[in-house]
Amino acid sequence: MVRRSDHLTQLRKLERRHLLRGGLSLGAAAMLGGCDLSTKDGVVDRVLWSMLRFNDRVQAALFDPNRLAATFRPDQITRPFKFNAYYPVSQVRKPDPDWQLEVSGLVGEDKSWSLDELRALPQDSQITRHICVEGWSQIGQWSGVPLGLFLRRIGADLRARYVGFECFDDYSSSIDMASALHPQTILALDFEGAPLTPEWGAPVRLRIPTKLGFKNPKNIAAITVTNTYPGGYWEDQGYNWFSGS
Amino acid sequence: MTPDMTVQPSETAARVHPAMVRITHWVGAAAVIAMTLSGWAIYNASPILPFVFPPSLTLGGWLGGGIAWHIASMWVLIADGAAYLAWGLASGHFRRDFLPLSARGVARDFWAALTLRLVHRLGSYNAVQRLLYVLVLAAIVLAVLSGLSIWKPVQLGWLTWLFGGYDFARRIHFALMSGIVAFLVVHVVLVALVPSTLVSMITGGRRPAEPGRA
Repeated sequence: MVRRSDHLTQLRKLERRHLLRGGLSLGAAAMLGGCDLSTKDGVVDRVLWSMLRFNDRVQAALFDPNRLAATFRPDQITRPFKFNAYYPVSQVRKPDPDWQLEVSGLVGEDKSWSLDELRALPQDSQITRHICVEGWSQIGQWSGVPLGLFLRRIGADLRARYVGFECFDDYSSSIDMASALHPQTILALDFEGAPLTPEWGAPVRLRIPTKLGFKNPKNIAAITVTNTYPGGYWEDQGYNWFSGS
Repeated sequence: MTPDMTVQPSETAARVHPAMVRITHWVGAAAVIAMTLSGWAIYNASPILPFVFPPSLTLGGWLGGGIAWHIASMWVLIADGAAYLAWGLASGHFRRDFLPLSARGVARDFWAALTLRLVHRLGSYNAVQRLLYVLVLAAIVLAVLSGLSIWKPVQLGWLTWLFGGYDFARRIHFALMSGIVAFLVVHVVLVALVPSTLVSMITGGRRPAEPGRA
């Protein structure tokens, strides 16, 4: 038998615990206010943001354009493969039937690419480790058009600093040109030998095993070649922009 | 120049801890604590054991903040550690203060400590202290290396391979953190038991005229 008074005691305990915890976090926040990248003008946050930019430069210097990420055998592929995005799998968006990949910025011709045109280009396949910024990792197989080949095909200025990606699920990201031209950086059209389904990034996603998972945008709508820092969904919140592996 | 200089032939010889030891100790301590607490924030994003650290104890507020703190304090720790190791080798500090280090000496001093017969002499480390300091320094060096191997598993692939691959390197990194935190707990308890050691690590302290009287 459950009595009302029991519930009341429990509720009071809970309230007290919440108050205590709230007080503790408030104390911590007051002591170190703005030390989580949430502000642009807090002293600690300013130091952290400039350290992030310093880390970008160190990682760009460390990046070897010829060093390949480790590859794996088909029997080492992780199954089931874990879905991950900034939203749950139930909110995955399907591409429009008339989807085309837009290309803009420092490129030879402003032309949109259909999926068939992308499939007609030379394709490359890889089995590589996808490492999430959270620490977990999984091995998957992707194939598609090497991004370096595509950038040359569209007459992109290869001396430009950034390649930016806009996605129709309102995600975005951007990478440095050196990483874009890496031989293992591909515009993936297939996942495990079959055309990408929406949750894995249909119709085209970036697969770049020399960077962390969040630098592998899915459901791409547009690619921009630019010298203006494009940032990205997570990068703007404080994930390190370069995030090289 | 202090008046004491006329009495003591050498200022540095009179100090329990040279300035270099004190500076690198406190900068290193702050960096290790920041790395530990921000590391807990990173661990909580994807735990490898069936528990998470209390979020109120972590540093950075969220995963991105934790990583920013972790990498920023890593540079402080690397600079501090490199300065200390280079100085320790060049000045003879390691040879003078950490050697000789023998199993017999450790066993003898450990037993003496347990039976409360170990005398603490400021400026001279007993064998258990020597062993623990060497171990924690090695653990910090290995923690930095294993951390670099999971930060850069492609560019530093050879290092990741040395630590047994990406997933195993994460576990090694966690185990080393646990060892460093265990050291920290013992270290702080012992300092609380012999508070004069805290003073000497701040001011440098004075070596006692006769050993064994501190």
